[in-house]
Amino acid sequence: MLTRAGTEIGAKAGTTIATPAHVTIRGLSKRFGDVTVYDNFDLDIPRGQLISIFGPNGCGKSTLINLIAGLVPLDAGEILFSGKPVSAIKFGYVFQNYREALFPWLRSFENIEYPLKLMRMPKPERRVRVEQLAARLGVAIDLAKYPYELSGGQQQLVSIMRALVVEPEVLFLDEPFSALDYEMTLFMRDQLQRVFLETRTTTVLVSHDLEEAVYLADWVLLLSRHPARIADYVQVTAARPRNDDTLSQSDFIVTKAHCLEIFQREVRRA
Amino acid sequence: MRRFDPYLPVIGVTGLILLWYVAVWIRIVDPVLLPLPTDTFRALWTGMIGGKLGSDFLHTVERTVLATIIASVIAIPVGIFLGASDRLYRSVEFVIDFFRSTPASAMFPLFLVLFGVGDRTKISVAAFGAALVILFNVAYGVMNARKTRLLAAKVMGASRLRILMDVTLLESLPQTFVGLRNGVSLALVIVVVAEMFIGSTDGLGNRVFEAQQVFAMADMYAAIFAAGALGYGLNLMFLLVERSFVHWSGK
Repeated sequence: MLTRAGTEIGAKAGTTIATPAHVTIRGLSKRFGDVTVYDNFDLDIPRGQLISIFGPNGCGKSTLINLIAGLVPLDAGEILFSGKPVSAIKFGYVFQNYREALFPWLRSFENIEYPLKLMRMPKPERRVRVEQLAARLGVAIDLAKYPYELSGGQQQLVSIMRALVVEPEVLFLDEPFSALDYEMTLFMRDQLQRVFLETRTTTVLVSHDLEEAVYLADWVLLLSRHPARIADYVQVTAARPRNDDTLSQSDFIVTKAHCLEIFQREVRRA
Repeated sequence: MRRFDPYLPVIGVTGLILLWYVAVWIRIVDPVLLPLPTDTFRALWTGMIGGKLGSDFLHTVERTVLATIIASVIAIPVGIFLGASDRLYRSVEFVIDFFRSTPASAMFPLFLVLFGVGDRTKISVAAFGAALVILFNVAYGVMNARKTRLLAAKVMGASRLRILMDVTLLESLPQTFVGLRNGVSLALVIVVVAEMFIGSTDGLGNRVFEAQQVFAMADMYAAIFAAGALGYGLNLMFLLVERSFVHWSGK
């Protein structure tokens, strides 16, 4: 039954979005001890779109992106990126805790170019790549500074640049703004939207804030309590670039209310 | 008011010297046992400039530094190796903790048998004590490397060796410096004790001991102050190196 629901949603997504699936998840199962987090789970992630994952606490939102990114091994199932395994693609990953994810002994610039260094790209080329990226994203940070000399939002922006510099096929963000204050969160949402519009990288965002999840997403994936099922996969059609006005448009409010209703139904389900 | 804050430590020093004068003047202590501060500082000055105290000071510095270098050369690589595996470290943790808790001075007789009466024994006991302290700190620094940071490197495609070189080692540096500072302090303690009792003819420990034997109290206090200044100076030196080298520490 779970499989059927998954396939049905997948099919629905396939028909409504013109873009083909970029990431296909089939028969995914994962247990942690006695807890079954995913049981025969199917999902399609469309190419060049931003997907937000939202659901009750502990339902396995972060686990899902960790499974997709290959950080956590699967018990069963298959995850392919246009037919290729995760080991064959380049991806970017942004952690919630930017303070612990960046390298404090490297300057911001060196942090961003680090993945290129791992790819043995020569120094002059690395330099050009980072500078181009900064210019393209309109980043106004002194990248010669060490991460601890920057504000939280700036540090997270450096993290995002580090993830993007390899020109990844997929960008994963695990609650990237939850450690920031509200003012900075609002600013960073728009920064992320700008990054997305500029690069059109397939992006998977785990969020614990429904407004943020809907505001940023093309598709909101609502998960149930574990074992996680797709409670709903909601398309957000609001035009981009979105801004404060978007938040008060009736379409947006209806979508958000719908997501909240599904979420609460799943939370109450014991 | 705040601009005087850097000078606050002067108050403690001045207070101590005043107290010292008062103690001498009202004869709380036998004047033979407690000379005037001026006599003591004169002894310190003349001793350090061309006197025997100066060469004793250098001998102690030499032994302490040598012991710390030997300890570091052995303990830092071993600490990294042991710390790299939780299970490996846990299997030797008891042994390390046990010998770390054993007073190194209790090892003198053993090392005397091994190395004979001389510098080799003093230096090797001090190195032994310091090595365990450094080893323990390095291993903990490696084991407590932030998991997110290691994962971040892994996600970017770093090999295990790259992660060790680029992340783990740098992560463990602040704790390594804690180990080095504690290690050099312990090495100094052991060297000074060794110089007092194990057939020594030089070094600050020997100076203190000999001065006490002939009741040259001003000389004895001078040697004690020299030893204190040495300990403080070594610690400060490591702190300054750490601050410029591990600029991100505590941030």
